[in-house]
Amino acid sequence: MAMTVHCDIVSAEQSLYSGLVEMVVAAGTEGDLGIMPGHAPLLSRLKPGPVRIVKQNGQEEIFFVTGGFLEVQPNLVTILADTALRAEDVDEAAAQQARQKAKDALEGKHSEMDHSHAMAILAESLAQLRTIEQLKKKFGK
Amino acid sequence: MAGAKEVKTKIASVQSTKKITRAMEMVAASKMRKAQERMAASKPYATRMRQVVAHLANANPEYRHVFMTEREVKKVGYIVVSSDRGLCGGLNINLFKQVVRENRHWNEQGVDTEFCLIGSKAVSFFRSVGGKVDSTTSGLGDTPHLADLIGAIKVMLDKFEKGEIDRLNLVYNEFVNTMTQKPTTRQLLPLLPGEELKDHKFPWDYIYEPDAKELIDVLLVRFIESQVYQGVVENNACEQAARMVAMKAATDNAGNLIKDLQLIYNKARQAAITQEISEIVGGAAAV
Repeated sequence: MAMTVHCDIVSAEQSLYSGLVEMVVAAGTEGDLGIMPGHAPLLSRLKPGPVRIVKQNGQEEIFFVTGGFLEVQPNLVTILADTALRAEDVDEAAAQQARQKAKDALEGKHSEMDHSHAMAILAESLAQLRTIEQLKKKFGK
Repeated sequence: MAGAKEVKTKIASVQSTKKITRAMEMVAASKMRKAQERMAASKPYATRMRQVVAHLANANPEYRHVFMTEREVKKVGYIVVSSDRGLCGGLNINLFKQVVRENRHWNEQGVDTEFCLIGSKAVSFFRSVGGKVDSTTSGLGDTPHLADLIGAIKVMLDKFEKGEIDRLNLVYNEFVNTMTQKPTTRQLLPLLPGEELKDHKFPWDYIYEPDAKELIDVLLVRFIESQVYQGVVENNACEQAARMVAMKAATDNAGNLIKDLQLIYNKARQAAITQEISEIVGGAAAV
């Protein structure tokens, strides 16, 4: 049997997952991180993006986080998300719409959104779409 | 017949009071359920956050944030979480008593105190007793938002960073169960190291991404905010529970009062009737 590590995914509103996993893949600010059991202590910020966990039986689950922190201890992985969703709950249409709107704002079509806000929304919606894409690829939905 | 009429109006007034307290009890009961759910929902985040920061305080970071270094205590800051509304029994008073007690304890040691007040009850209490108040926020309602708290908290964090206070405590009511709420003081700054991890036999440090300073700055502020937010949410659940219990007691008391008054009224009425009859009998005998 593969080695496992305890993983907790919590957001400010709720606890999303708590249990043993074989691997966690998250989007750190410096690039994607794959955490396996016995990893050295690590503290990283997360950017908006998917968090993929491989559970004990090889089953995979994907979450979407809007940013937060990742802490790794040799036998414990904690993801403190600002807000998090199960990937199935991410609304593709809404993400597309948000992306389009942010793009428009950046190209100067609408003036009601300021630049940094538009950038933030664009990054988030792109991350959401990336999550959905990953989910589709994995489960052929 | 003199007493009977007054007693009757008194009964009516107590009865309407009873209706009000009963309604408040039921409103508090339903709000308490929601407040408890909210408290339970944000608890995992606050707990995990506390764990991570405790680990961090145990590590040997290349960069030590001001929040992590213990200093000689010359000034203590308090964040006092109270409710916005009254009629919730001794909830706020018990909390303030604890603050006053600790305040006296510090003053005896020649240490000054400063306060950050959350909730209008604390604001009015400290206006009457005095004390140096740095920041206040009130009117948070039943669904407190972190955004409303950040400003007030930041004032205290800045003061700590500048060395104007050397310790920061959070005082709020801990929700034990519906009947019991416990005033609790928790030290926020400097950070308290948690229990030592068993996995590390040697001094260790995290790998930081991006660099340690940037990360720890953000993390620690987020930590304090989450702890205060959890305190506020928990205090809110306490408020509703305390109000429910207080209003239940008030409803019961009103019931007893009505029973007693009813007895007095009946006696007065009976006495009046007896008197009337004896007057008639006396009058008939005289004819």
